[in-house]
Amino acid sequence: MSETQIAVKAEAPFRTKHTRKRKTVRKLFSEILAIILSLIIFGVPFYFVIVNASKDTKESSLLNMDLPSSFQLVENIQSVMAAQNGMIVRAFFNSMMITGFSIAILILVGAMAGYVLQRRTSKMSPFFNFLILAGLIIPPAIVPTIWVLDGIGLFKTMPGIILVEVALNLPFTILLYKGFMATLPKELDEAALIDGCGRMRLFFSIILPLLKPVSATVIVLTAVGVYNDFVNPLYFFPGAENATLQLTLYNFSSMYNTQWNLLFTNILLISIPPLILFIFFNKKIVAGMTAGAVK
Amino acid sequence: MTKLTNRSYTYYFLLPAGIIYFVFFLLPTIMSFFFSMTWWTLTDWKFIGLENFITFLTEPSLNIGFKNTLIYAIVTCSLKVILGLLLGVFLSQKLKTIGFVRSMVFFPTLLSTIAVGMAFAMMMHPTQGLINTALKIVGITGPDWLGDTTIALLSVALVDVWKGVGMATVIFIAGIMSIPEDYYEALAIDGGNSFHKFWNIIVPLSRPAMNSVIILAFIGGLRSFDLVWAMTKGGPGFSTDLIASIIYKQYQGGFYGLSTAGNVILFIVVSALAFPLYAFLNKKEVDL
Repeated sequence: MSETQIAVKAEAPFRTKHTRKRKTVRKLFSEILAIILSLIIFGVPFYFVIVNASKDTKESSLLNMDLPSSFQLVENIQSVMAAQNGMIVRAFFNSMMITGFSIAILILVGAMAGYVLQRRTSKMSPFFNFLILAGLIIPPAIVPTIWVLDGIGLFKTMPGIILVEVALNLPFTILLYKGFMATLPKELDEAALIDGCGRMRLFFSIILPLLKPVSATVIVLTAVGVYNDFVNPLYFFPGAENATLQLTLYNFSSMYNTQWNLLFTNILLISIPPLILFIFFNKKIVAGMTAGAVK
Repeated sequence: MTKLTNRSYTYYFLLPAGIIYFVFFLLPTIMSFFFSMTWWTLTDWKFIGLENFITFLTEPSLNIGFKNTLIYAIVTCSLKVILGLLLGVFLSQKLKTIGFVRSMVFFPTLLSTIAVGMAFAMMMHPTQGLINTALKIVGITGPDWLGDTTIALLSVALVDVWKGVGMATVIFIAGIMSIPEDYYEALAIDGGNSFHKFWNIIVPLSRPAMNSVIILAFIGGLRSFDLVWAMTKGGPGFSTDLIASIIYKQYQGGFYGLSTAGNVILFIVVSALAFPLYAFLNKKEVDL
């Protein structure tokens, strides 16, 4: 037993040198493998979309990966912008309004609720927690929601779809705010109240500004979620005037004749906002999504 | 001295959130139980008992949704867990290019599901599509991904995994990164290899992350609608129809009562599976 230990010790310097070399080779290998794999699985689809967005209709109908014989991207963008009397411009306006207002309402309303739910514990707390969990799990009831919206005159209107988006995103938002509130000490509230600060002022001028980091997370997550939402506008915001950006994708595909180049240009155009968001808030997005998920 | 009491935090602050949540989510959910038992035109309704549910359960074009939804949820969830874990382990290494690779894997999460669905439907075209063209080069005749009723659902599920695995991966990375270094050191002293490291340290200790992925992916799979709609619209036949897409089809057809019954059924399926799963996973977590 001890003899083998000694043997191992004697061999050690040689072994570490050897393994270190092997390790660098292996590391290099995994680096190359990672890049190649991610390029094939995730890069090729992007390349495919970009290349085909730059072709004319005839060439793009071949659906191959060849480079375009003439670079048509600018012309295609013009056609996409002009399609259906500039539907995409109206859709852009609608999408931005819906996203912007949803974010603003969610932050205000969600922060207020998260703040009180974290600070105040009572017999009601388990009930509120259950409501949040239910909101995360239960799929929304479609036609009854239309019935409610119709009843209060909000069906097919911008405020209607905004309030539905807010209602569906509230549970997760409140969860995020509740989690972050736990990191703010209660002594803070106490000091403010002793100094004669009212309950309203305590929240709006002291707590809300301190919630900035999690508000940023809410902004990014809601922006991505609501902007990319297809299902809710489809149900609750129908009508030609009410198009959102996701619906413009259906402008160029029909059963018999699809203008692939324009469809791919459209895909490219509506992917720009998330791309910009991703470039600037990469860390924030990932941190926010994982924080919410892991709790 | 002012004492902090529950009264310092007024429940009035819950009102705005509560009202919006109640009117636009809770009320419709509660009303769905009633309207699912009616013949309904939004303005007029007639009570017909459980007839809608019986139709839903006996009509082959409708009850295929159960099977498909379950298969879809299980396939997407398990693939996201397995691939997410492997990618997570791989991407927790200290490599120079890790930032680039992570971004590549994560970016699809932020894209529009409809755009992804349409682009992949193209690449899965049986004769001209990119995937089968590539397979032909290596001498394999690719299947008709979306046209063959036996594999169409799995093809859509694969695209769902492509789009969603980035999310699973970053959750796993967060979990793996939070494992203290001591465990690896202890393993190195005991002479464990990389398989031991994976199986005896990473897998059990990233359990909370795994639970989150399972719950998120499974519920997401059960409620899934837009990807199927963008790629196959439930076809060919009804082979890729999920409960959520059947709800939409019945709504389009003007069968509001039947559509709402579908909603109630989806509600029951999701709750009956998700709540126990949630409780089960949380219980296991405590044991560790």
